[in-house]
Amino acid sequence: MKEMYYDAAIIGGGVIGCAIARELARYDMKICVAEREEDVCSGTTKANSAIVHAGYDASPGSLKARFNLEGNRMMEELSKELDFPFIRNGSLVLCLDEEDLPNLQALLEKGVNNGVEGLTILSGDEVRAIEPNVTDQVVGALYAPTGGIVCPFGLNIALAENACDNGVEFFLNTEILGIEKTTEGFDLKTPDSIIHAKFVINAAGVYADQFHNMVSEKTLTIIPRKGDYLLLDKQAGAHVNHTIFQLPGKMGKGVLVTKTVHGNLLIGPSATDVESKEDVRTTADELTEITKKAAYVVKDIPFRKVITSFSGLRAHEVGGDFVIGEVLDAPGFFDAAGIESPGLTSAPAIGVYVAELVAKKADAKKRADFNGVRKGIVHPEKLTIEERGNLIKEDPRYGTIICRCEGVSEGEIVDSITRTLGAVSLDGVKRRVRAGMGRCQAGFCGPKTIEILARETNRAPEDICKNRPGSNMLKKEEKGAANDRA
Amino acid sequence: MEIRELTCIRCPLGCQLKVTIEEDEINVTGNSCGRGIEYGKKEVLSPTRMVTSSVRVLGGKHDMVSVKTSQDIPKDKIFDCMEEIRKVTVNAPVSIGDVIIKDCAKTGVSIVATRDVEVVL
Amino acid sequence: MTEHDIIIIGGGPAGLAAAVAARKAGITDILILERDEFLGGILNQCIHNGFGLHTFKEELTGPEYAARFIQMVEEEHIPYLLNTMVLDINSNKEVTIINKESGLTIIKARAIILAMGCRERPRGALNIPGYRPAGIYSAGTAQRFVNMEGKTVGKEVAILGSGDIGLIMARRMTLEGAKVKVVAELMPYSGGLKRNIVQCLDDYGIPLKLSHTVIAIEGKDRLTGITLAQVDENRKPISGTEEYISCDTLLLSVGLLPENELSEGAGVDLNPVTSGPFVDDRLETSTKGIFACGNVLHVHDLVDYVSEEASLAGVSAAAFLKEGQKKYADMVEIAAEHGVRYTVPQRLDKEHMEDQITVRFRVADVYQDRYISVYYDGERVSHKKKRVLAPGEMEQVILKKENLKDYPDLKKIVICTEVE
Repeated sequence: MKEMYYDAAIIGGGVIGCAIARELARYDMKICVAEREEDVCSGTTKANSAIVHAGYDASPGSLKARFNLEGNRMMEELSKELDFPFIRNGSLVLCLDEEDLPNLQALLEKGVNNGVEGLTILSGDEVRAIEPNVTDQVVGALYAPTGGIVCPFGLNIALAENACDNGVEFFLNTEILGIEKTTEGFDLKTPDSIIHAKFVINAAGVYADQFHNMVSEKTLTIIPRKGDYLLLDKQAGAHVNHTIFQLPGKMGKGVLVTKTVHGNLLIGPSATDVESKEDVRTTADELTEITKKAAYVVKDIPFRKVITSFSGLRAHEVGGDFVIGEVLDAPGFFDAAGIESPGLTSAPAIGVYVAELVAKKADAKKRADFNGVRKGIVHPEKLTIEERGNLIKEDPRYGTIICRCEGVSEGEIVDSITRTLGAVSLDGVKRRVRAGMGRCQAGFCGPKTIEILARETNRAPEDICKNRPGSNMLKKEEKGAANDRA
Repeated sequence: MEIRELTCIRCPLGCQLKVTIEEDEINVTGNSCGRGIEYGKKEVLSPTRMVTSSVRVLGGKHDMVSVKTSQDIPKDKIFDCMEEIRKVTVNAPVSIGDVIIKDCAKTGVSIVATRDVEVVL
Repeated sequence: MTEHDIIIIGGGPAGLAAAVAARKAGITDILILERDEFLGGILNQCIHNGFGLHTFKEELTGPEYAARFIQMVEEEHIPYLLNTMVLDINSNKEVTIINKESGLTIIKARAIILAMGCRERPRGALNIPGYRPAGIYSAGTAQRFVNMEGKTVGKEVAILGSGDIGLIMARRMTLEGAKVKVVAELMPYSGGLKRNIVQCLDDYGIPLKLSHTVIAIEGKDRLTGITLAQVDENRKPISGTEEYISCDTLLLSVGLLPENELSEGAGVDLNPVTSGPFVDDRLETSTKGIFACGNVLHVHDLVDYVSEEASLAGVSAAAFLKEGQKKYADMVEIAAEHGVRYTVPQRLDKEHMEDQITVRFRVADVYQDRYISVYYDGERVSHKKKRVLAPGEMEQVILKKENLKDYPDLKKIVICTEVE
């Protein structure tokens, strides 16, 4: 059994774990992140609405309200520092019934109370003027100019890479099986090692209650609340400009309809409490439900252009708010639990807050050599023809298009594999450079991406997985190989 | 008397054939042309198929070369042929028509290449 | 900016035949742009036989059929660029291309022939519920793995959709040692060719379950099984008919979609039924000087018809260049009605048309003993009985210029099926 010693161990390589890791890397500490899956950004962070919420929705005084606002304010600068896609496209909460207009006003007041800037109520006509495809029944909307959209993969992976570049060690495919309090701190048991850590940060998403309950008498209960989504082709992305929400009314809570930072149209989510924390099955009923609800608020959605459906789990803690901070009966153990919506928005702020708590407890000093800038993978569509030509001259692999739907070159794919915390799976490549994310869903580029992954990581194509070990794309047993073996 | 219903596959029309077998006489109905009669009789007496597959190439521009039986083989020999095809590896270059396996599975029929594979330099 | 007389987008069967025809019609400055590393397109992975009966009067495999046309292109010294992706085409016929030799460049064409082919509908387009494990492939992707890379995609296979690629792959996987447990088809009939049902399924005892679909996908890492259910006339699963089938692989052969994202950039109007461009009898799209042929125009059943159609596109592009900007006469509309889903072309230039043109179409359902009729402005001019009509197989009617002469004010030609 390998034994390793760290000042701080973070459980979970989702956006929260990585935000904390990156902020904690500013301090003179030895830090590691343990992630169960083969890549960061593989749980709740990978499947959600990708929204940077304005912050009018959370109850005033709650942690959700606080971190939502702070996170929203940080996002733009962070997107420049870490080079991930973020657009402040503004959001609209539509009201479809005159009777509900007072609720819209109440929502505005709640937002103002929370400190959200720029909120205004628009008339039905004003809404239709800026968003022509909303239903004719709209009688008004709350407009939140600070609402935005982000690439959750981009944010999570950028945070992880930057943390890693600043010395944080990442253990992938590393499930924590148990935690024991010791005099020095905590022992985290993995299948093949023991991680001794003075401080533990629990950012385990839907499993955060299990880890918390291993060290604390005051238990947490996290209910996995599933949400199904539909993703539409980029040709449908311009159907709406803002993120469209619906004021809860007779039709229930409604779903959102939004463009994504990459220009697709995203619809969802449903909300179903599920038994299993692994249950990310989409269901026909939920997909039908979100289709209906979306069509109720936005006209003429081209549902023929759906390219995929997916589902994700929200980590809903029964108390209803984020659970953030040091656990009272387990000093040195810090929770970042129950992080459901607006968790993605809040992540940067939660990162700063938790890192400061831990650093203070550890009495750690800031490092002088921390570098918060991370250069992302090149975005060819942002280059001029000349710049792109030069790039191809320097490295011809940028001239070979592998994913035709998203226009992703071999150069970008190779970069996604060979850079810090590079992709090891097809999904890892997809989340970093969008190869296979387009309308053919890897039908054409899948075989080529497998070949590149195998080549760059010195593995056989049969060893390449879609995501976690066991999700192999091909079966062993190659043709004509009988001769080679003989 | 035995009656077998077949779909003629000699052309895309796909005529539904009725083949009547009575002692030495075989009668085909439902056909649109002479090829239908021929097909119906053959399917009853000695059905044959062309087999196509691909074979690994070493040192070539492509990993595999597509192959076929140079003519139809008896239907019941398909898997015997496949077994031989699956085992074989060839060296580039390969040209269309090159014999890859002679007398495959004792059918007297060769397996031939259906694609050119140049040597990788 | 370099300029060419004709730029052909795509070096598959359509692009190759168009190039050869244009060259034979006297155009020397032709450039074929191919995104893959070889010419021949999808034919290279269609290693089965059954190609070329119409074109070459013999039965060839896909690679052999492609090789014949590649040889013609080589003999005619028609230039082509491989590994070259077209990123954009605009209505000025400026084509933005990328490859590793010349980087990103814009080249101009006097005429363009669209021959980009089609892609397979992915799982997402069907919204099959369940997990998203490895082991779910579109049939063509599996075909590439098995035939061109010699890989094994799975050992226990279910196939959804009875399109031709699905049927062909049922046989291929069986021959390679996999157990193909079922081919399920949502519709009450197969969308594939009959001979493929006979030779790919019947020969190997693979059951074809019509009016069935996949309602659940199991397995979090690699696929472990699917649940099939029968569907009613509205294609909704019937409760109580569920059947679990354990398998490690699900192949999807649920339809092909012409790849027209580039065409749209060039202002080409698309027919929502075919997902391909609207074209006239010379296969010219709504953007003058841009022609379309092959599976980018509409999905074909046989490659022979692709070659024939592409030759017309090549000849038409050549004529367009020679005639200069001809004056377009009023077009006669060709409409699909009563059981005919669409026609290609959708309009006809009666004055400039060839002596005869072929109108290809598909029917909407399986029909027996129905007539295919042609109407000129309400007058029935043709009425031919067909014993079987099926959506999986393309049909055609020939329109002759000499017959059209008698209808000087003709506005609309209707092609339809009729019971009597």
